[in-house]
Amino acid sequence: MRKVHFKGVALPYLLLLPQLIITGLFFFWPAGMAIYQSFLREDAFGLSSQFVAFENYADVLSDPTWLESAARTGLFSVSVALLALGVALFLAVQADKHIRGADTYKTLLVWPYAVAPALAAVLWLFMFHPNIGLFGRLLNGLGIPWDYRLNGGQALTLVILASAWKQVSYNFIFFLAGLQSIPRSVLEAAAIDGASPMRRFWTVVFPLLSPTAFFLLVVNLVYAFFDTFGVIHSLTQGGPGKSTETLIYRVYTDGVMNLNLGSSAAQSVILMILVIVLTAVQFRYVERKVHY
Amino acid sequence: MATLHLQDIRKSFGPTQVLHGVTLDVADGEMIVIVGASGCGKSTLLRIVAGLETQTSGQVVIGGQDVSGLEPADRDVAMVFQNYALYPHMSVFGNMAYGLKIRGVPKAEIERRVKEAAELLGIGALLERRPRQLSGGQRQRVAMGRAIVREPKLFLFDEPLSNLDAKLRVQMRAEIRRLQRRLGVTSLFVTHDQVEAMTLGDRLVVMHGGHAAQIATPMEIWARPADTYVAGFIGSPAMNFLPATLSHGGAVATLAGGLAVPLPGRAGADGAGVLIGIRPEHLRPGAGGLSPTIELVEPLGSESVLHGRLPDGSPLTARLPGAVHAEGALALTLPPESLHVFDAGSGKRIEAGA
Repeated sequence: MRKVHFKGVALPYLLLLPQLIITGLFFFWPAGMAIYQSFLREDAFGLSSQFVAFENYADVLSDPTWLESAARTGLFSVSVALLALGVALFLAVQADKHIRGADTYKTLLVWPYAVAPALAAVLWLFMFHPNIGLFGRLLNGLGIPWDYRLNGGQALTLVILASAWKQVSYNFIFFLAGLQSIPRSVLEAAAIDGASPMRRFWTVVFPLLSPTAFFLLVVNLVYAFFDTFGVIHSLTQGGPGKSTETLIYRVYTDGVMNLNLGSSAAQSVILMILVIVLTAVQFRYVERKVHY
Repeated sequence: MATLHLQDIRKSFGPTQVLHGVTLDVADGEMIVIVGASGCGKSTLLRIVAGLETQTSGQVVIGGQDVSGLEPADRDVAMVFQNYALYPHMSVFGNMAYGLKIRGVPKAEIERRVKEAAELLGIGALLERRPRQLSGGQRQRVAMGRAIVREPKLFLFDEPLSNLDAKLRVQMRAEIRRLQRRLGVTSLFVTHDQVEAMTLGDRLVVMHGGHAAQIATPMEIWARPADTYVAGFIGSPAMNFLPATLSHGGAVATLAGGLAVPLPGRAGADGAGVLIGIRPEHLRPGAGGLSPTIELVEPLGSESVLHGRLPDGSPLTARLPGAVHAEGALALTLPPESLHVFDAGSGKRIEAGA
C-alpha cells in the first residue's frame, strides 16, 4: 500500500468526519445516554428522575427473573451457535466435494443470509404454526401435540431453529473458504498414510479449520445474544410466559413496554460490557491460534 | 519391498484421453524415473499407482496383488509430493508418526522408527518444530522421512525436487539415490528434468502424449533413442535433425543441402524420407561435411556450445572441446558411427541392418 502524506491536518480530519459523525451519532451518543440513564430512576409517570448510582445494577443482578433470563440466553445462544456451526460445517464439507452443480448449491446456501430476521421468522411461522403451518399441522395430525404458543420448550426450540437457520449461510461461506485453503495434497498425503475419510476430517481438516471455527463461534454467540431480537419478536414475543425471553428481549420489554428506563439502561450496559469482552477474547485468541 | 506391474493403464478425463495404454514392469528394489514434458500424463500415471486417481481401464499390481480397485490407504505405498504436503499443525515428529499411529504401531516402535529415520536424514534436531519453521530442504527431508518410516512396498516421488534451489536440488538428488539404494525400496520418480532422470533412474520411462515412448536404461535411451521425440528430449543441447532422402538401396542418405552421407550396413527404399540425427557433441571439426555459419558461441569453460545455421537456413548446434571458437563459417564432419536414422513420417528409429 502506498502511503500518502497530507500537508495540513484539515483535509484528513475532513475525510474522517463522515465516519466519525456516524459512529458518534449512532453509537457513542446512545451508549453514553444508556450509561447516564442507568444511574437514574424515574417516577412512574416519567415526570422526574433521581440519581441512584448503582442501585439499578444491583436490582437487575439480584432479580431472579433476570438471572433466569440470563441462563435462558446462555442456553439459547450456545444452542444457536452450535447448531449453526455444525450444520454449516457439514454443508461446507459436502459442497467442497467435486459434485455436479456444486456452484448452484453454494449460491443457494448463501441466500438465507439476505433474508431479514422478521421475514425469516414469518417463514418459520408458516411452517410450524399449529393451525396453518405445514409441519405444525403434520405434527398434530400424527398425534404429537405441537403448539409453540402454549408450550415453552417448543417455543424455545422454534426460535433456536429459526435463528440458527439464518446464521448457517454466514458460517457456510467462512467454512467453505477455510476448506478450500487446505491444500489438496495434504489430504492426499493423509489418505496415503492410511487415514479413513472420518479420521482425515478429525485429525487434519478440523484442526486446520479451528481458527475459522473459533472466530465463527464468537461471531455466532454475539449474533445469538444481540441480533435475534427480530426473530423472537415476530415469532413468540418472548412468550409463552417468559420462556423465550432472552436478555436483549428483556431490555425491550422493560424499557419500551414497561417504561422502566433505568433498569433497561442498566441491562443494556451489562450486555455492552459482555460484547466488549467477547470481542476482546476473539482478537486475542484468533491472532494466536493461527497454525501456518 | 515389492514388484510393480502396470498393465495397459488408460485414463480419460471426460472426452480427453491422457493415458493411451501404459504397460510397465518394475523389479523389486528398482528405481524407475518417469520423465516427460508437462501434460504428458506422467503425474497422472503416478497418481493412479498411488490410488489418488482411478484408471479408466487397466491394472495396477503391487507385489503380485491386484490393487486396481483399492483405496490409497490399502495399497501400502508412500508418496513424496512436490509441495511436500506436510501437515501444518503437527510437529515434525507428528508428521512422521501420523501414518504409523493410524496403522496402530505401538508407541515405542513409532518412537524408534521416527528417530531412526530422522537420524538417517539429518533432521534429528528438528523433531519438535512445526513445518513452517523449516527451510525448503528441511521440509523435503521431513517429507522423505514420513515416507521412510512407513516402510512401504513402494515409494512414489512426484517431482519432489522442483521447489528447491539448484544447489540443493543436486545435493538432494544424490541423497535420494543413496537412500533408495540403501533401503532397497522399489520406487517411481516423476520429473520433467532430464538430468534428474538420467542420474536417478535404474531405468527411465520417457512419456510423450500419454504413451510410454521408450522404457530403457538411461544410457540405452541416450545411445539408441526409440524415436525423434525421445532423441530430442534426452541430451543437452538437443540432438540435431537433418532431413534426408535415401538412395543406393538405403546405403546413402542425401541431405537437403546436397551432402551425401554414407550409411554403411543399412537397407531402405530409394527415395524414402528419413531424418538423420546427430548429437551436438558428436560433430567434429573437419572438411567434407557440413558448413554452418556460427551465429552464437556459448563458452562453458571446458567446452563451447556453438549455435549456427546451415546454408539452407536450418539450425545446427555443435558442442566442441576447448574455449576458442570464432563466429563465422565452420566446417564440421558427421562421424558415421554416431548417426541416428529415423523414419521421416513416423519418427521411429531405423536400426542398422534392419
